[in-house]
Amino acid sequence: MTAPILPSILPEIILVVAATALVAVDLVSRRRANNATLAGIAVIGLLLSALAVYFNLNGQSPRPVLGMLAVDGFASFLMITVLLGMVLVVLYSIEYLKPYAEHRSEFYAFLLAVSLAILIAVSANDLLMVYLGMEFVSITSYILVGFLRKDKRSNEAAIKYFLYGAVASAVMLYGFSMLYGITGSTNLSAIADALTGQTLAGGMRWLSFTSVVLMIVGFGFKTSLVPFHQWAPDTYEGAPSPITGFLSTASKVAGFALMVRVLLVALPRFALDWLTVLAGVSMITMTLGNLVALRQGNIKRLLAYSSIAQAGYILMGLVCIPQEQFHLLALQAFTFNGINGILLYLFGYVFTNLGLFAVVIAIENQTGKTEIKEYAGLVQRSPWLAALLLIFLLSLTGIPPTLGFWGKYFVFGAAVQVRFFVLLIVAVINSAIAAGYYLNIVRYAFFMPAEDESRIHISPSLRVVLAITTVMVLGLGILPGFLIDWASRSAEFLTQF
Amino acid sequence: MTPVIPLSWYLLLAAALFSIGLYGALARRNAIGVLMGIELILNAVNINLVAFNRYIVPQQVSGQIFAIFVLAIAAAEAAVGLALIIAIYRSRATVNLDEIDLLKG
Repeated sequence: MTAPILPSILPEIILVVAATALVAVDLVSRRRANNATLAGIAVIGLLLSALAVYFNLNGQSPRPVLGMLAVDGFASFLMITVLLGMVLVVLYSIEYLKPYAEHRSEFYAFLLAVSLAILIAVSANDLLMVYLGMEFVSITSYILVGFLRKDKRSNEAAIKYFLYGAVASAVMLYGFSMLYGITGSTNLSAIADALTGQTLAGGMRWLSFTSVVLMIVGFGFKTSLVPFHQWAPDTYEGAPSPITGFLSTASKVAGFALMVRVLLVALPRFALDWLTVLAGVSMITMTLGNLVALRQGNIKRLLAYSSIAQAGYILMGLVCIPQEQFHLLALQAFTFNGINGILLYLFGYVFTNLGLFAVVIAIENQTGKTEIKEYAGLVQRSPWLAALLLIFLLSLTGIPPTLGFWGKYFVFGAAVQVRFFVLLIVAVINSAIAAGYYLNIVRYAFFMPAEDESRIHISPSLRVVLAITTVMVLGLGILPGFLIDWASRSAEFLTQF
Repeated sequence: MTPVIPLSWYLLLAAALFSIGLYGALARRNAIGVLMGIELILNAVNINLVAFNRYIVPQQVSGQIFAIFVLAIAAAEAAVGLALIIAIYRSRATVNLDEIDLLKG
C-alpha cells in the first residue's frame, strides 16, 4: 500500500516555500525588506504548516512516506508543538533584530529551516533519516547561535556548541554503523524484526550494548542530559536570546523524539540495556542540573541548568514505559504509559519556557542585563510581568493549576505504575530543590526593593507571546482534558511492538 | 566471489580510526585539530558501513548510500565549522580552545 507522497509531506513543502520566499522578498525589494513583513511571512508559513500537519493525519491511519518518514500520532503531536513554539520564537525575534539591519531575512529563513529540520527529525523512521534530521537540526542551530558574527560571545557559544555537537553526532553515527552491521538494515522496524529472531550471544551481545551506549551519547547531547550537557550553559548564555529560547525547547523536543522513536521502535529487544543506562542518566541529570542551578546568578545560565534538570524528568517517561522483565508491553493498555507523559511534559515545557524567556527578554531589552538581581522589585516596575513570571515559574515547578503540573503528573504517574520508587523519590526530592531556586526569583521580584523604579516597557510582539503562553499555561492547565486525550491518542507509532 | 580479506580486519581498522579520531577530538587544543579528529571518526563510520554492506547484505547498497550521505553531511558540517573558526579567529586572533573562555564553563 503506497499513500500519495506529496500530500504527506505538505507541511515540509510549505516551510521550504516560505523560507525561499523570505530570501526572495529581501532580494527583490529595493530597500531592505520591512522587519514586520518578514516576520509575518515566517509566522504565516509556520501556521499553514501546522494546519497541514493537522489535516495530514486527521482521521487517517499512520502511514510511511517512502519508508523513510512516518506520519503518525507521535510525530504529529510533536510537529504541532514545535511549529507553534517556533511562531513564538519568530515573534521574539522581531524586537531582537531591530538593531541589526542586515541579514534579517536570513535569520527568519534559518528559523524556518530549523523548523523543517525538526519536522523531519520527529518523523524519521530510518537510521539514515534519523542522522540527516539530527544533523540538519544541529547545523542550522550552529549557524543561528553564531548569527551575531561580530559578537565575541555569540561566536564562542557557537564554536563550543559546534565542537560538542559534531563529536557527539559522529560517535552516535558509529553506533548506527554497528547496528547496521548486526541487522543488515537501516529501517527502524526492519531492524526490530531482524533482532527478534536472533539469539544474541557473546560478541554480538557486547556489540549491541556498545552501539546502544554510543547512540545515547548523540541523543543525550541534543537533549542536554548529564554527562553530555557541558555545552548548554555557555551556549545558552552567549546565543542571541530568541535562539536560547529555541534551543531549550524545540531543539530538545527533536532530541527526545529521535531518542524515543529509535529506542522504542528499533530496539525493544535491548530494553534491558537502555532502560538501565537511562534510569541512571535520568537521576544524575535532574540532581546535577538542580544542584548547580541553585548557585547561578545569571538568569540565562539558571534557565540552562533548569532545562538540564527538566530533561531528567522528561526522560523518566521513557524509563518508566510499561515493561515486564524488560519486554515492552503494548502502550494502549495503560493510562500512564510514559510516552503520553513525555508528550504532555514536552508540550507544557515548551510553552512555559518560551513564556518565561519572553519575560527575560522583556527585562533584557529594558535593562540590557540578565542578572537575577535585576529582578528586584519587579512587581513595582511592572506588576503584570511579575505576575506572569510567577505563573511560569509555578508551571516549571509543577504546581497546579498550570500546564507544567500535568506533565509532571503523568511522568510521575508512569513511575508509580511500573513501581520504580527509587526514581520517583529522587524526582520528588529534586522537584523540591527546584522549587527553591525558582521561588528565589519570585522572592526577588515581589519582596525585594527595586534599585531603579522606572517602568518596564513591553513591546507589542512580546505582549502577544506573553498572552499566548499565559492562555496556554493557565487555560490548558485548568481544562487539560482535551490535551490529555490528544496526547494519549498520540502515544502511538507507525509500528507498534 | 567471496572476499579474501575477513570482515574483522575492516572492523579493526575502523575501530582504530575511531579511537584515534576520538582521542584527537578530545585531546587537541586547536579547533582545527578537533575538526580533523571528527573527520577521522566519520571515516571510521564509513569503513564500517561499506564493509558491513559488502559482507552482511551484499545484494543491497543501503550501507554504501548511507556512507555517501555521511560524506556529504561531513562536508556541510566542516563548512559551517570552519566558518565559525574563521569568525573566532578574526575577533581574537587565536583558535586555541583554552583561550576561548569568555563564558565561564
